[in-house]
Amino acid sequence: MKNFGFYIQPDSQIDFDNNNRNLAALVSQREPSFDWCIGCGTCTATCTAGNFTGFNFRKVALLVHRGENEQALQEVEKCMLCGKCNLACPRGVNTRNVVASIQKIFSRYQNLVY
Amino acid sequence: MIKEGKKLIWQDYQKEIAGDHFFYVRSCIRQTFFPGSEWAFIKILKEFLHKDLYENPAHTTCTGIGYHTDVVPFDTTMTVAARQFALMTEAGYENLIPSCITSFGLYTEILETWREFPEVEARVREFLWKATRREFKKPKNLAHASDVIFKFRNQIAAQAKYRLVNKLTGEPLRVVEHIGCHYAKMFPSKGVGGAEYPYVLTGMVESWGGQVIDYPERRHCCGFGFRQYLVQANRGFSIACSKKKFDSMEPYKPDMIITNCPGCPMFLDRWQYVIGEMEGKTYGPDGHGIPVFTYEEVAGLLLGLDPWRLGLQVHQVSCESVLDKIGIEYDPDEKYKSLDGKDLGRPEVPSVLKV
Ligand code: SF4
Ligand code: SF4
Repeated sequence: MKNFGFYIQPDSQIDFDNNNRNLAALVSQREPSFDWCIGCGTCTATCTAGNFTGFNFRKVALLVHRGENEQALQEVEKCMLCGKCNLACPRGVNTRNVVASIQKIFSRYQNLVY
Repeated sequence: MIKEGKKLIWQDYQKEIAGDHFFYVRSCIRQTFFPGSEWAFIKILKEFLHKDLYENPAHTTCTGIGYHTDVVPFDTTMTVAARQFALMTEAGYENLIPSCITSFGLYTEILETWREFPEVEARVREFLWKATRREFKKPKNLAHASDVIFKFRNQIAAQAKYRLVNKLTGEPLRVVEHIGCHYAKMFPSKGVGGAEYPYVLTGMVESWGGQVIDYPERRHCCGFGFRQYLVQANRGFSIACSKKKFDSMEPYKPDMIITNCPGCPMFLDRWQYVIGEMEGKTYGPDGHGIPVFTYEEVAGLLLGLDPWRLGLQVHQVSCESVLDKIGIEYDPDEKYKSLDGKDLGRPEVPSVLKV
């Protein structure tokens, strides 16, 4: 295959008929403050794991809301659950519990990933 | 959407298109991308429709590409446009017909800006006077060249040697029509049929016997997008747009694509080669691509003009499948010969896309 100096960007359109949004509902049930997130990224800026791995809580929140669960699962495995982001969040989102909930839900319902 | 609904919307978006005495302005890029198209437009208007058409060799680029990439400031662009209007006024014409959708969109934008802000128009008049000692009248009618062909589509059909019909099966050819974004997406009321359901190419295809395909990404941009393509690292965004369209139209098995903008046929044609080389994917039958035409090329072919004189040999996706389906006569040995009969050589054969 030839290299032209660029690659074909994958389509980022969200098809809500195909994406599984059950995870977002389950996370909100377990940790209602998940719904308060405004996507400001303060959590991400303070994250120690993010300093070393590119982990990004805001991105996780976005992926979960979009129902892009497979990517979300790959991401949350990088969190070390230190809870620093909890202190920084201006909306009082219990970010640490959101991450923990996603991990727990995934371990229980494998079929959320496809 | 049901067809009756579309027709209602088309009724709402009708525009006035001048019938004769055109001041034609060429596109700076079409000459190289699709060299026979503008030649065909002039020939059709003068020799088949017997219209008065004038072009002035002093006409320059509209600066559209520079303007949309933020290289040329709007004041400069407006002054360049004012100079084109001055050339038209000096030649005694009032109906401006740009060949390029970018120019058409830009002139529309400029005229609308002047309508909203007369002080800007006054300023530009002063710039032009200081720079060139020229004055101008604004065009009475501004229509894109495809509007003009649309207006005369039935006369063209009446004189045509061929129709967009499969000679063997008698079925209409399945045609994807793709409209340049700047035709009506910026100023919907300035395009035939508006932004959502532009009728300009659909009308031609229907008059010429073809069948238009409705597919999910029909109104998606071809991906040119100026900066998306001009910066090499961004070309992935450009090709992704074209790919999205191809993926969406593929299940409908189109015989051909017809376009009315310089960028769209270029990218819809050339990216088929690049997608083949990068991902091994092709969209037509048996590893061939979907042939892409400009509306002038299609009109010219149907009127019996020679495919090679129309410049079809510079297309990346070979067009012979469509010529064969319609039953257009052509000499394969003439494909790579210049007008004076010299051998032009053969282009390199792609490794994936069959030509
Ligand atoms: S800091 Fe809080 S509100 Fe901001 S993105 Fe993170 S979780 Fe959301
Ligand atoms: S709990 Fe996770 S996301 Fe929050 S700061 Fe710690 S490592 Fe980062």
